[in-house]
Amino acid sequence: MSVPRFFASELRLVFGRRRNLLLLAVTAVFPLVIGIALRLAAPHPQGGQGGGSGSGAAFFNQLAGNGVFLTFIALSSLLILVLPVVVAVVAGDSVAGEAGYGTLRYLLAVPAGRTRLLAVKLGVIVTFGLCATFIVSAVALVTGAALFPVGPVTLLSGATVSLPDGLLRLLFVTLYVAAAMAALGAIGLAVSTLTEHAIGAIATVMILVVASEVVDNVPQLAAAGPYLPTHWWLSFDSLLRVPVDTSTLLHGLLSFAVYALLFGSFAWARFTSADVTS
Amino acid sequence: MTAISTSGLTKRFRGGQLAVDHIDLVVPDGSVYGFLGPNGSGKTTTIRMLLGLAFPTGGSAALLGVGMPDGATQVLHRVGSLVEGPAFYPFLTGLDNLARYDAADRTADPKTARTRIDTALDRVGLLSAAKKRYRHYSLGMKQRLAIAAGLLRPRELIILDEPTNGLDPQGTREVRALIRQIAADGTTVFVSSHLLAEVEQICTHVGVMRSGRLVFQGSLPELRRTGAARVTVQTADPEAAVKVLTALGLPDPRVSASPDRPAAPGIAEVSAVLGEAAPERICAELVQAGVGVRGFAVTSPSLEDLFVGLTGEGFDVGA
Repeated sequence: MSVPRFFASELRLVFGRRRNLLLLAVTAVFPLVIGIALRLAAPHPQGGQGGGSGSGAAFFNQLAGNGVFLTFIALSSLLILVLPVVVAVVAGDSVAGEAGYGTLRYLLAVPAGRTRLLAVKLGVIVTFGLCATFIVSAVALVTGAALFPVGPVTLLSGATVSLPDGLLRLLFVTLYVAAAMAALGAIGLAVSTLTEHAIGAIATVMILVVASEVVDNVPQLAAAGPYLPTHWWLSFDSLLRVPVDTSTLLHGLLSFAVYALLFGSFAWARFTSADVTS
Repeated sequence: MTAISTSGLTKRFRGGQLAVDHIDLVVPDGSVYGFLGPNGSGKTTTIRMLLGLAFPTGGSAALLGVGMPDGATQVLHRVGSLVEGPAFYPFLTGLDNLARYDAADRTADPKTARTRIDTALDRVGLLSAAKKRYRHYSLGMKQRLAIAAGLLRPRELIILDEPTNGLDPQGTREVRALIRQIAADGTTVFVSSHLLAEVEQICTHVGVMRSGRLVFQGSLPELRRTGAARVTVQTADPEAAVKVLTALGLPDPRVSASPDRPAAPGIAEVSAVLGEAAPERICAELVQAGVGVRGFAVTSPSLEDLFVGLTGEGFDVGA
């Protein structure tokens, strides 16, 4: 009863902030630009060839034959930096920003309740990440449909599925990416409870993301790969095969769940026991 | 019932500094309690512990009979507070800022929110500035908005930490009037200040902090009684006067050049603690001993003197 009211109020606040709206706008522009650039680079759309087991490069090959693939291209491109930045800003700001403004002490004196406040903050972060991810998919889908032919989708494994089936897979891909961003949001929330400086929390989350991506690309450190927070982000291409590579997919979701749980618990332990001195 | 009670409440910071040292506060229901002390004497840390923002390292505290910090979510909606200055989002209006705090209160009725917010804004005289962004508020308006946040619901206790800090004389007077009004409604008011004058005008009870310790607690008349009255004699013959006062058994005789009358050369002021002695008898003894009495007075120390006596002259605050 009361959580929805508080949650709605915080949601309005986050989605009403100019900075956050700008982030969403930038997120929306990228798929549009990518689509136009690719359309200009390949002026003669023709039936694409299936095959290829890589992810990014394979999407590009498929795009000429089907506009739906612009969504996968956009998601995999934006997952490197843009989407993590969007989530890092909102998550890093969540508690640290309140502490910085001093509003944290008043929220707790209301009393909002420490656990409840944290839960609402996490909910808002996850919603914002979900929203950003869906914006990427939606804009990319519309752009792709406008600039490229649309029809039955030839998957990475070579099989062709109907357009509705392809769109359903797109929905799951988007949800998978949103889950990855939710896990990152939990990490951001935990970092945010450690400082009164939102910018410091945001930078820390971004450094974590980039460091994880760098380590993931060093062959000598391959053993650590599966345990990195960013390792499974691009594994959504498992959904674009017949049969779906569920093992990889579940590994990814398990990784997100473990990270969310780990950092969510850390945030809770820290936030419910620390003095608010701001 | 006591609105606030603490027992051995202690806060030692991680660095080892003892910010609050075993204090036993008793704030009676319906009182206006002035929490006095120089800056850095532990007032704000105490208030943070009372509100569950900081965790005590020793002792316990209770608000309206509910233990803190464990009872925070059960009792704090009955308590309004202003801690270390106002804090709001600068890009929201005053109204939206209050609405946000109200939305965070799980026990507040959303249906009456708008009415309650308007009433609170009206009480602090900000209704006309409700739709102005907080960043455009003056310092006094910000302070009053923070008080309005404390008045969003009927409260049994209001805790105000330095509510007139940084305000001009008009603002100070407005806040003082507001506190009187709140107290008149039957709300217990706990107000911290480093300004004695502020407390003296509105408070029924005082607690005085010094270096983390509560060095006095009681009603204002009780505080006045702790000051020993002194008898003061103005005379050209201070040695003889001191002899008489000493013979009468008056403690702490002192001689000083009469500060009030620089125009009377040769006249000194002799004073001693009056104690149980009768002033008229002292006067008679002085005259009998042949001391020329130019002036004779019994003076009680001002609250200011008592306050400084309790808290030190300054520059020795904290450790």
